[in-house]
Amino acid sequence: MAAATAVVPRPVTRNAPRDLTTMTRRSLLRMLRYPSLTAIIVATPVVLLLLFVYVFGGAFGAGVAAGVTPGAEGRAVYLAYIVPAILVMTATSVAQSTAINVAMDMTGGIVTRLRTTPVAPVAVLGGHVVAAVVQTLLAASLVLGIAVALGYRPDVDALGLLAMTGFFVLFGLALTWLSVAMGAAARSVESASNTPMLLVLLPFFGSGFVPVDTMPTPVRLFAEHQPFTPVIETVRGLLAGTPVGAGTAWTAVGWCVGLAVVGWLWARAAYRRPRT
Amino acid sequence: MPVPPLPPAIEVVGLHKRFGDQTVLDGLDLVVPAGTVTALLGPNGAGKTTTVSILATLLAADGGTARVLGHDVATDPQAVRGLIGVTGQLSAVDPLLTVTENLRLMADLFHLPRAEGRRRVAELVERFGLGEVARRRGQLLSGGTTRKLDLAMTLVAGPRVVFLDEPTTGLDPRARHDLWDQVRVLVADGVSVLLTTQYLDEADRLADAVGVLHGGRLVAHDTPAGLKAAHAAGSLDDVFLALTAPVPSADAA
Repeated sequence: MAAATAVVPRPVTRNAPRDLTTMTRRSLLRMLRYPSLTAIIVATPVVLLLLFVYVFGGAFGAGVAAGVTPGAEGRAVYLAYIVPAILVMTATSVAQSTAINVAMDMTGGIVTRLRTTPVAPVAVLGGHVVAAVVQTLLAASLVLGIAVALGYRPDVDALGLLAMTGFFVLFGLALTWLSVAMGAAARSVESASNTPMLLVLLPFFGSGFVPVDTMPTPVRLFAEHQPFTPVIETVRGLLAGTPVGAGTAWTAVGWCVGLAVVGWLWARAAYRRPRT
Repeated sequence: MPVPPLPPAIEVVGLHKRFGDQTVLDGLDLVVPAGTVTALLGPNGAGKTTTVSILATLLAADGGTARVLGHDVATDPQAVRGLIGVTGQLSAVDPLLTVTENLRLMADLFHLPRAEGRRRVAELVERFGLGEVARRRGQLLSGGTTRKLDLAMTLVAGPRVVFLDEPTTGLDPRARHDLWDQVRVLVADGVSVLLTTQYLDEADRLADAVGVLHGGRLVAHDTPAGLKAAHAAGSLDDVFLALTAPVPSADAA
């Protein structure tokens, strides 16, 4: 028998940044390997964009601003009106697939394996988050490009684009930490794909598709105070080059930071909960 | 100068675990000497997987102590995680990554230097005969090959104690024999193994000692030959049936 004293463990020190890089690389690789999922993520908001502009837009456009003629003018106005909401829905679309990916990890054996290794838990979940934020930026750029091809003209300078990117990173972090938590807490992959439907539906109950002052009072009150409205209004202001009210912007940032922290704590608790 | 004696690979004293009002482990005592293979047998629900989960730092015990190579799993789980490898009932292979990528993932997570990681991965691909499927994705592998990759991933970091939780369930006879050969190679390298299994011939062939779990504690613990002799039985099947009568109060052996 080998006389070497094998009791001293390999000196595997916690190295969360390094583990986060490894797990992010894995998640990005998985996205490349599963392109149909990425295609669905982009297809959902694009189909909504086409539907809302070319079917409803002619009529709806006259309802979002005064003096707009229904028809072609209505469509052009409505396209500009809903682009912020469509970009936000691109992010929720990514969030939904992230929840599914995390649930697949949790219900398969891979997370059980990782929990028996010295890997930092934050890296296992954070890899999904970082990759999802990257995916959000790419998908949102693609969707924005399609909107431009349809005739949308944002009025944004370099500084505005930088602010827009930064804000989307923050918004993506909030959404994906929440969806990672939903995926980690889900008992099955099926339920992980259902829970984030809430995130997909919420933008409709906000200022994304019609002005909130056209809504009945209870719905309007909800719409004005739910997180997606300040987020959509911030994106709208940044894209249109119009000033965003400081109150709106800070409310949006506050919601994002708050939701990211809640998502992170929830995800961590769900990850630690033993499953046998 | 004499080498200080190795602590046991596994030392479990008075382990208790309840799920709700169901007692799964009721004062389990178990010692696995370093460098040996112990097989845990027992009916479904006897607590085999629970025992492995506690030793592998996945689950906290309600009472008692469990040590792996001298490290308490409750107070120093990080040291334990640096020493163990676990291959469970679920396949812990990433279905979208290739065989090589799965192995490299483990090398990276254990912070092996790049060159050492590559060498280690190449070595394991060779040893497990995975060369032909090295670029194939996890989801496209057969059951037997998936299990081989699973075990190879467990071994990337060179664990000193390996837990095999029903490692050959659902495998065809050739794949089972291949896996048994790999376990023998491990033991020859001085690795200690705790194996849970439903297959009594598996315990008979691989294990230095067999523990029979019933009613949350060990009702027998001996060499396979010793157990058969003590129960005047021709096979471990007969020993198993004699010791694990379905009435929980009929524990007296």
